[in-house]
Amino acid sequence: MSPSCVSKKAGLLLFPLLSMSAITPMTLYASEPPKVCMVLDKGGKDDRSFNESAVLGFNRAIKEFPVNKTSKFVEPKNDAQISQFFRSFATSAKCDLIIAIGYNPSEYLPDLASKYPNKKFLAVDTNLEGKNTTKNIRSITFAEHDGSFLVGAIAAMKSTTGKIGFVGGMDIPLIHRFETGYSAGAKYINPKIKISTAYVGITPDAWNNPAKAKELAHAQYNEGTDVIYQVAANSGQGVFDSAEQMNKKSKTKHYAIGVDSNQNWINPKVILTSMVKRVDNAVYLAIKDFSNETFNTDHTTFNLKDGGVDWAYDEHNKKFFTDAQLTEINGIKEKIINGKIIVPDYYKLDKK
Amino acid sequence: MNIIRPIAATIIGLFLGLLVTFFAGENPLNVFLIFATSGFGSTYDFGMTLTYSMPLILTGLSVSMAFKSGLFNIGAEGQLTMGALAAATAGALFTSVPAFIAPIFAGICAALAGGIWGGIAGYLKAKRGAHEVITTIMLNFIAAGIASYVTVYLLKDPNTQNPQTIPISPNYKLETFAFFDSAPVSSALFLSVIVAILVWIFLYRTPLGYEIRAVGSNESAASTACISISKTQILNMFIAGSLAGLVGVGEVLSRAECFKLDFSPGYGFTGIAVAFLARGNPIAIIFSGFLFGALQKGASDLEIFTHNVTSDLSLVLQALIILAVSADGLWEKILSGKKVKL
Repeated sequence: MSPSCVSKKAGLLLFPLLSMSAITPMTLYASEPPKVCMVLDKGGKDDRSFNESAVLGFNRAIKEFPVNKTSKFVEPKNDAQISQFFRSFATSAKCDLIIAIGYNPSEYLPDLASKYPNKKFLAVDTNLEGKNTTKNIRSITFAEHDGSFLVGAIAAMKSTTGKIGFVGGMDIPLIHRFETGYSAGAKYINPKIKISTAYVGITPDAWNNPAKAKELAHAQYNEGTDVIYQVAANSGQGVFDSAEQMNKKSKTKHYAIGVDSNQNWINPKVILTSMVKRVDNAVYLAIKDFSNETFNTDHTTFNLKDGGVDWAYDEHNKKFFTDAQLTEINGIKEKIINGKIIVPDYYKLDKK
Repeated sequence: MNIIRPIAATIIGLFLGLLVTFFAGENPLNVFLIFATSGFGSTYDFGMTLTYSMPLILTGLSVSMAFKSGLFNIGAEGQLTMGALAAATAGALFTSVPAFIAPIFAGICAALAGGIWGGIAGYLKAKRGAHEVITTIMLNFIAAGIASYVTVYLLKDPNTQNPQTIPISPNYKLETFAFFDSAPVSSALFLSVIVAILVWIFLYRTPLGYEIRAVGSNESAASTACISISKTQILNMFIAGSLAGLVGVGEVLSRAECFKLDFSPGYGFTGIAVAFLARGNPIAIIFSGFLFGALQKGASDLEIFTHNVTSDLSLVLQALIILAVSADGLWEKILSGKKVKL
């Protein structure tokens, strides 16, 4: 049975009342606008962080550009599903642009891309430059270390105890890259500062375990840490909870720093700022370029200069910063952009 | 009668499950078609269905094997983890094993590792009286811990951020059949079927198999007949464990070509359902394993082609089928035509 015959049969068999099926509209149009499909990473679309950012960009682009309304994103529940989702997207679902969010789904792309050279692919968080044999993958990474340096400096400025913390999600090089930048930034402000680090786990489930992250944050706050930077997708919510609880118990102020999305609004009492990583823009631009037929297949790094990474400053966290601090933070940002501050990059440290 | 019941149960389960999708706002016929196409629509889809079925047949056999001597093996998940880890470790470290022996060598490693893991639970049951349900569940966690440690600290593949071991040497790879269009179906497919037949012969045509069944049906009678209960239980759990361990052959040698942490979407637990639906019959397990494999594969496209139904529907269907097949009172009533007190 060819894949297309399902949609026809399915269309015939639909009850008129229930014609909500995603497949029916495909049979109605002769020539269709391009269809975009996206596979998210573990953590889920409601992580208020990495994946949610991707979904926001996706939805924004779907609204603005002439893209097939059956465009769709899915959340894989286990590893086995990822390759199947990609395969179905490339074949029976007839997607034209296929997006992989996160390093884990991205690793399936090179094989898929060489098998379906007429389709375009976007990989977020992995550099696939060397594996792009059929020249149809655009890959995007972010200068996470630069943004993390900035929030590390902010953490050190706000810390009164001289101890700050870091809670990572999954223990992988990508997250160590955040950590290295963060501690370098903190030491730039206060060379004697103590930094404690912890990781939620070593499997992708670590992105989805707020309870464990909360325990880790509790332990760090109890040791005298007063600012924690979380890079843990959905698990990070636990760090915010922990900071709020600690504030109820003690006089010292406990803060947390969000990641990926601007998370300041989630809990304005404790969230000092967020290291935003504009996954939404990466997805949005890819869909925009694709619908304008200007989709290039290079590797791009988003950094502080183009706003791909940044620290979030808005009405929710204005109260935490004095004008002098603002000038200092923006000064550091300028210096990183100008190359006056070279932030250590874990990826390059690792290879020496 | 023995055949009617699981088939009728499957139909009832499917019907009820699809009815659920109706209340979720989907057209059940449409959902069923998506299921069918996703499971059997192309040679690739069919290949993936087989890929899911192979481990389920083996874990089903493992659960059913333990059940024959009255033991409940919840530990197939841990046993298959150890088996796959052993196969991947052998493939990564002993690179000089020649190509025609290598897969067999890896298979023996997998069976041994799974067997030892099952055997530990058998030993604790027989010699220490620790209940096997408790010990096998706990051994699952220990297996997961060991697998994490080996994967992340000892054999980590440096070329990826994913938690997986270094790839196995080419000698170990089982060629996948081109017919299935890049679905990882290799000769490991026949392994599951052959093993199922061997298990049947072992249980029903050998003295040892007879002893195992004797212990399962009446322990004290078996003991009186000079069958060593503890020996039988340990041996039985060892065999059950090695059956689950064999999952590693297909998953590592032909699918992933390395050990990926958390590669199993719960094969060990679904195996319990597979064994139940087949009522423990090794030959029937081939078919029930295939059915559950098809459910798992079929569900994966639901997310893509429907609005309100996700791949979790396969769990709903599995649950309903098991409920239907295990509703003893209902079946007696239907099959005997008499009124039975429920």
